[in-house]
Amino acid sequence: MSASVTADIAATDAAMEAPTPGRDFYVRGEHHPENGTLLGFWLYLMSDCLVFAVLFACYGVLGRSYAAGPSGADLFDLKLVAINTGFLLASSITYGFAMLEMQQNHKGTTLFWLFVTGCFGASFLALELYEFWHLIHEGATPQRSAFLSSFFTLVGTHGLHVTFGCVWLVTLMVQVVKHGLIPANRRRLICLSMFWHFLDVVWIGVFTFVYLMGSLA
Amino acid sequence: MTPAHQAPESVLFGRLSLEAIPYHEPILLATFAVAALGGIGVLAAVTYFRLWGWLWRDWITSIDHKKIGIMYMILGLIMLLRGFADALMMRLQQAIAFGGAEGYLPPHHYDQIFTAHGVIMIFFVAMPFVTGLMNYLVPLQIGARDVAFPFLNNFSFWMTTAGAILVMLSLFVGEFATTGWLAYPPLSGIYSSPGVGVDYYIWALQIAGVGTTLSGVNLIATIVKMRAPGMTMMRMPIFTWTSLCSNVLIVASFPVLGATLALLSLDRYVGTNFFTNDLGGSAMMYVNLIWIWGHPEVYILILPAFGVFSEVTAAFCGKRLFGYASMVYATVVITILSYLVWLHHFFTMGSGASVNSFFGITTMIISIPTGAKIFNWLFTMYKGRIRFDLPMMWTVSFMITFTIGGMTGVLLAVPPADFVLHNSLFLIAHFHNVIIGGVLFGLFAGIYFWFPKAFGFRLDPFWGKVSFWCWTVGFYVAFMPLYVLGLMGVTRRMSKFDDPSLQIWFVIAAIGALMILCGIAAFLMQIFVSILRREQLKDTTGDPWNARTLEWSTSSPPPAYNFAFTPIVHDLDAWWDMKRRDYVRPTEGFIPIHMPKNTGAGFVLAVIATVAGFGLIWHIWWLAAAGFVALVATAIVHTFNYKRDFHIPASEVVETENARTRLLAARA
Amino acid sequence: MTAAGASHDAHGHDPQGHDAHDHDPHDGTAYHGTMKHYLMGFVLSVILTAIPFWIIMGDVFRSPVTAAVVVMVFAVAQIFVHMVYFLHMNPRSEGGWNMLAAIFTIVIVVITLSGSMWVMSHLHQNMAPMPAGGHEMAPPPATPVPAKPSHE
Repeated sequence: MSASVTADIAATDAAMEAPTPGRDFYVRGEHHPENGTLLGFWLYLMSDCLVFAVLFACYGVLGRSYAAGPSGADLFDLKLVAINTGFLLASSITYGFAMLEMQQNHKGTTLFWLFVTGCFGASFLALELYEFWHLIHEGATPQRSAFLSSFFTLVGTHGLHVTFGCVWLVTLMVQVVKHGLIPANRRRLICLSMFWHFLDVVWIGVFTFVYLMGSLA
Repeated sequence: MTPAHQAPESVLFGRLSLEAIPYHEPILLATFAVAALGGIGVLAAVTYFRLWGWLWRDWITSIDHKKIGIMYMILGLIMLLRGFADALMMRLQQAIAFGGAEGYLPPHHYDQIFTAHGVIMIFFVAMPFVTGLMNYLVPLQIGARDVAFPFLNNFSFWMTTAGAILVMLSLFVGEFATTGWLAYPPLSGIYSSPGVGVDYYIWALQIAGVGTTLSGVNLIATIVKMRAPGMTMMRMPIFTWTSLCSNVLIVASFPVLGATLALLSLDRYVGTNFFTNDLGGSAMMYVNLIWIWGHPEVYILILPAFGVFSEVTAAFCGKRLFGYASMVYATVVITILSYLVWLHHFFTMGSGASVNSFFGITTMIISIPTGAKIFNWLFTMYKGRIRFDLPMMWTVSFMITFTIGGMTGVLLAVPPADFVLHNSLFLIAHFHNVIIGGVLFGLFAGIYFWFPKAFGFRLDPFWGKVSFWCWTVGFYVAFMPLYVLGLMGVTRRMSKFDDPSLQIWFVIAAIGALMILCGIAAFLMQIFVSILRREQLKDTTGDPWNARTLEWSTSSPPPAYNFAFTPIVHDLDAWWDMKRRDYVRPTEGFIPIHMPKNTGAGFVLAVIATVAGFGLIWHIWWLAAAGFVALVATAIVHTFNYKRDFHIPASEVVETENARTRLLAARA
Repeated sequence: MTAAGASHDAHGHDPQGHDAHDHDPHDGTAYHGTMKHYLMGFVLSVILTAIPFWIIMGDVFRSPVTAAVVVMVFAVAQIFVHMVYFLHMNPRSEGGWNMLAAIFTIVIVVITLSGSMWVMSHLHQNMAPMPAGGHEMAPPPATPVPAKPSHE
């Protein structure tokens, strides 16, 4: 063995405090690694952030390419957006109430607040669809200009996420009814709460960057 | 504005008709015949030997990370044969199409071949190989029983396979993209590419991308949450570290690819104007976005290869890796810097001096941590007792080849030089130099190193050496001429040439490609011979190389549960530490082991995704819609399955472990 | 929670069941919200939403640039409020990995957004103008861009 290897081992040995015998090299019993679901879901949300980053970047770059068509200031109805923002904010706090009830193990009230959350989500979607329908009716279609393409895609992708959130919410409500607030369902409810609040955070970006700043002359 | 379609579409079949079958192209017809006969042969064999049940229970529905890892490797190998066939065809075409000769490939076909070659080699060869290696090794290296989300792992694999199937399907039904491997608009837009080629490209990558992203999430959660007790971050094997960084890059970059391709599909399907030439669209925005994914992607591939070289060098020099901490820091620095260099892929787009200087400088900076790694490997070898087995041979070959590739990369990082070399064969030579010399050599080193662990016998060294020398020499013969041609100004993706003085270089390159072909043949021969001689090559110890990390502490191949008892880690190179301190393998006191249960849901979902993708490609809207609904419904139904785990009874553990005790005793 | 409930558990690794589910950090069901926390977050969000809407709808600032900057500051503040009060971000959750992942993501998002806008605005400055006013893009303040198209 060469000098440096010996030195290497000597150095390691010096660093090791305990004498060899008695050192445990394996867990004598069952080892329980931590559950990774919440971290994994958080990582998924981070990857979703990047999807939105691309859409925001597109809006940032193409959001003033009106192609002689209408601009944000011409189109956006800020009152509508304010009401929609209110729906989402309200749904956030009601989801919070559902989580607090879940903590207390109250199945019925948990379901009630989930239902309220779902209603707010559905209202948000309905209003957004109305807005889209209205814009398309006025000729401001996604095909009209790069600005409108990026607007519809960014806002629509957020809406699509809310739609999936609602589908997921209904699924989870059925599962809670069927199996109760078992650990698996609690984890799922926590995951959905992260998803729901995450969509809220994205919406802050949308209403600020797209609607408010887009309405500036 | 709605996209213009050439032909009316039927409600039932979309734009799919018998015209889509390329029966008038003899090359494709022959390929199809071979593939069909081969496929029928395999199906017949599986039926004859009654292997369907075994295949379904033990492989297709398996959520064992080891089996999924092996399946990824098989997928990579199969796709390597396809991708390499494309490479050979291109080399042959370019060697003969001179001075008025058209060669044997019409331009339309040639364009599909270079696109398919790039797409397949990156997404369906390099990615499955790298993901497979990580899947197989990471849980073993950190002393875990499986990954954090075993079902998701199976689903990810099948989604990757679904993407590969769509690419392969384009060979026989319709056509593939003719746009080059990144499908830049406006060429990939609906007006320039109205056919199904780009749609095959988009949906194959979208579906495979879902799998890749989820597998990234899975492996990060595994590494963070499931390390054996005592394994702090700075006691993690270096391969696990590089896997962690590689997966962080996957999770933070594949969504960018997905979103960008989604915008391209909107342009093509809905008529939006993101990347069009009309109505305010910006084609360069696509190039910008795709490279925000594309640059991290090359580090996704190379980082795990760096990890392999680190493990191999330490094991075959009998020394602790030199500068472990600096290796970790270099990896982390590369991870972050890889997001700051993307513009060097399009210096010539015209963004001006300040932008180009910034990205030129960041590109040069990223070569510093990479260089630090090379020195770490050299210092590990210095005064080590080096054993030149195959993994080490590949490592040395890598160090030389990759350094050359790295230096030409720094040349390309200088914007004025890049204006001359952009899109030339110099660039082609450069990235093959780093991807073959870095990623592929790393994968070969890894395959030779860990093959005995996965299958319980070594690979035959004779054929391995034949393969090694053919690959190494073949690589230089094939790609050094391209550097020369690139410096002379020859651009990429040409199907024929006028200047006869260039021909000799292309002929040399074609000879190099043939040598690589011998290398691949020798590799297959080696696997075949090794399977025949598996009794002589058997590894009964579980540690054939006298290596250092935890995966070598268990049997070869490892039992389904990996470790009868979860190991406790006291030092970096945990297994080396255990060996030095006279660790005694436990032979009694076994308890039942909690394991996840197999499920077919991942496979079913991937099949539905393939069908839905096919519907979207061919504009068969009802099929796409039905597929989408089925996908969501199946996923929801799957969440109603709460019984996803079981216990391996103690008796079974005892039986497995006793068998190993006997094996070890027989050897001693 | 009883052992019977735990047998339905999809991911838990504890066959003995979860008696103290509220305090068990290992099965991923621990949840740290309180009513006070949520109400605080809600009130702050409402305020931080209302002010920017008022600024824009009421034309409070004469300069659109000022308005844009102020609105963006409120957005960033509100995003932090949501992260802390609704997503319960803190440096300790999941052993700090949540925070690390979030910081890394924010860095990448900022690079993607600002990098794309910087790169593309320079392109528009240097190349032929886009048909519909592509070069009205405001460059980020850190890098002065020549007022008229330069020929580099």
